[in-house]
Amino acid sequence: MPLPHLPLNAITIGAHADDWPAAITAAGDALVRSGAATSAYTERMIAVIREFGAYIVIAPGLALAHARPGADVLTDGLCVVTLAEPVAFGHPHNDPVSVIVGLAVTGADDHLQFVAELANVFNDPKVISALAGATTAEFVQSVFGRS
Amino acid sequence: MKIVVMCGIGLGTSAILKVNAERALERLDIDASVQATDVAGVRAAAADAQVILTSSELVNAIGKTNADVIVINNYFDVDELVAKLEVALGS
Repeated sequence: MPLPHLPLNAITIGAHADDWPAAITAAGDALVRSGAATSAYTERMIAVIREFGAYIVIAPGLALAHARPGADVLTDGLCVVTLAEPVAFGHPHNDPVSVIVGLAVTGADDHLQFVAELANVFNDPKVISALAGATTAEFVQSVFGRS
Repeated sequence: MKIVVMCGIGLGTSAILKVNAERALERLDIDASVQATDVAGVRAAAADAQVILTSSELVNAIGKTNADVIVINNYFDVDELVAKLEVALGS
């Protein structure tokens, strides 16, 4: 299974967020805009971090916002938000965050292959800084298009 | 040999760590199964595991275990995984 389509309306460039919940909300808004999830999913992504901490900041500058599958996930979806000013999530090594990848999946079992594709994209260490400096949604789309 | 990767909810981040841990094991030529789990399931999943890979944020959630707990900072850095797995499994 390839990565889910990353439509242009699921990409936000240079979002302003005062804190990490606002940054996650920007990612949730992008998933809502593209039709992947409802706003209830945004709240659940925030709840994951409130419960378990900033472990979703999985690489320097990058947060993977996500929650479990649920009725608020309408279809498998991906979104990308870049922040105008980096935001601290409270991770001891990988703060501050300037790129958020949001993930919504309809089922836990079949998402592994698509996560493997995500890993292929980000195994290139230059990708996070390239995304952080993106000025157009088309550029972000092209980064995820090749894998 | 069994390796457990743990994240808060058992999908997404742990799946990424699983994919890249498997790549690191392949590079080390070590034959091991890698199982993804969440905080709630780690005790059962790790009962027969040699190593638990996770985030620094989640170490305290593991509780008592006989497995080696390895903190991974950059989940996409296969070199970091190779170096840390080599130390844990090589001795």
